[in-house]
Amino acid sequence: MRILEITNLKKTFHSNFLIKKYRILKGIDISVEAGEIYGFLGPNGAGKTTTIKCIMGLLFPDEGEILINGRPADTIDARRPIGFLPENPYFYDYLNANELLNFSASLYSIPAAAARERIDRLIQQVGLAGFERLKLRKFSKGMTQRLGMAQALIQDPDFLILDEPFSGLDPIGRKEFRDLILNLKEQGKTIFFSSHILQDMEMMVDRVGIIINGKISRQGKLSELIAGSTRCHEIVCSQISEKQLALIHPNFVRRDNQYIITLDNEAEINLVVESIIHNNGLVIAVNPVKKTLEDIFLNEIGEVQ
Amino acid sequence: MKINIKGLILNTFKESARNKMFYLLIFFGILFALSSKLISFLTLGDAMKVLKDTGLAAINFFCVLIAIFTGINLVYKEVEKKTIFNILSKPVTRGHFIIGKFFGLALTMLLALAAMAVIFFLLVFLVGGGFDLKILLYFFMLYLELLIIVAISLLFSSFSTPILSFIFTVSLYLIGHIMWTFNEFKMLLQSKLWIKFAQFLYYIMPNLDKFNIKNDVVLDLPLQATTILFSVLYALVYILALLTVTVMIFRRREFI
Ligand SMILES: Nc1ncnc2c1ncn2[C@@H]1O[C@H](COP(=O)(O)OP(=O)(O)OP(=O)(O)O)[C@@H](O)[C@H]1O
Ligand SMILES: [Mg+2]
Repeated sequence: MRILEITNLKKTFHSNFLIKKYRILKGIDISVEAGEIYGFLGPNGAGKTTTIKCIMGLLFPDEGEILINGRPADTIDARRPIGFLPENPYFYDYLNANELLNFSASLYSIPAAAARERIDRLIQQVGLAGFERLKLRKFSKGMTQRLGMAQALIQDPDFLILDEPFSGLDPIGRKEFRDLILNLKEQGKTIFFSSHILQDMEMMVDRVGIIINGKISRQGKLSELIAGSTRCHEIVCSQISEKQLALIHPNFVRRDNQYIITLDNEAEINLVVESIIHNNGLVIAVNPVKKTLEDIFLNEIGEVQ
Repeated sequence: MKINIKGLILNTFKESARNKMFYLLIFFGILFALSSKLISFLTLGDAMKVLKDTGLAAINFFCVLIAIFTGINLVYKEVEKKTIFNILSKPVTRGHFIIGKFFGLALTMLLALAAMAVIFFLLVFLVGGGFDLKILLYFFMLYLELLIIVAISLLFSSFSTPILSFIFTVSLYLIGHIMWTFNEFKMLLQSKLWIKFAQFLYYIMPNLDKFNIKNDVVLDLPLQATTILFSVLYALVYILALLTVTVMIFRRREFI
């Protein structure tokens, strides 16, 4: 079942005196299946945040349709199952974490006792234990991001929309958030998130959509995008001099006392290995190098431009 | 569908009540009310009358300031600092948001006015006066006026900056207190069209003088129940109209 379906979404911004038009979204189509993790990526200014704000009703699309569970997204009831983490979230600095989450809970009419229990658990989950009573003006960027995640989860949402959830997090925080998101997926939730950290994305997502210049240029299952796509081969070897190696193949780098040769052409492998052995070198490994999401992303940008 | 704006109301109240400006103005209000006691000793004549006259004027002035300052800032700040994203992404409509803000401000004003009123009644006791129901009525009418002012500043702050909202709200406040000059003003107009236009303005401007019953209280003049009742009705209708327009404007806003 489709939990989010965007068709032909268009959005134009106008300059102050309506003189200039900026066409930001030029007909976006996105579909997110229930239960999957969907990664939304694209260069700075491509229109990710704009798309997300249209979904959340903070911006009004010029054209196009946004459906959540088959219903138009522009009612509060359609948006009720969504937990939303905005880009660079900001909260009232005169409240503390506990008060803020209580406020969020009150907007969902969650009864006080249930809210208290839920808040305690969320504070633990996002790693803010011990900071419940600290005023938010004293929160660091990463702590604010964690709190943002907690408030997005307050009503135990079925569908999470996260705009750059990893920004501002330290490596441990990133790992914790990854685990948290994967855990939510296991519980049957759907997660739609944008990020620039492709390694994180690659580890988690089922599907990706790449937006470039206000258009979706590629959308599909990650496994299919990457599948069968060996980018090149690496040969790791040692006990051979740099001079000899240069004669065999010019494309190599030194790492400690090993050399790594990169071969773009599969057909060269045998020849190179034989030559190394012939020179009394030691072949340690021959590795196929898979395409990464980054390759696909950079390739996509190259094609568009 | 369960609507919950209690959280919104309380949060608005918390926000304005944690603002230092709020306490400063209450403090000054009380200070000036106290100084009216001093004036009442220095001047000849009826000390109680002077106390009521200057004390109530001071409270009135500072309450109006609080209403304007808290009203023009709240919505603007939520939009500017993007805290509104976290509200409108929850099951809260733009209408709920505005209504929540209004009642939160109403609660804030109730607290400010109550604090000043208590001090004022204490003062009256000290000077040897008793409890005067009319003074309570004065505060009630002032509260209605404050609610209108809050609704006006909320309207302006739903689409403009605090400085512009301040100018607009103060202008309307001043106009609202010179409405009674309208009839004289009308005499000056020549063409029928202008008179019609002036009449139209007369009807849409807030007639705030209706709520000022200080003279009647200080001079102990009789008050008509129907006049009071009419003023209450006027305030309710006016506030409802203001909130409706505010919600209509706010519904069209985009949050960048
Ligand atoms: N109010 C506005 N008026 C004009 N242009 C705008 C306005 N708001 C955003 N933009 C432009 O829209 C484009 C898309 O912005 P958006 O925030 O959606 O990008 P993004 O994909 O989220 O980028 P990032 O990765 O940097 O977060 C940008 O070029 C931005 O300059
Ligand atoms: Mg963005």
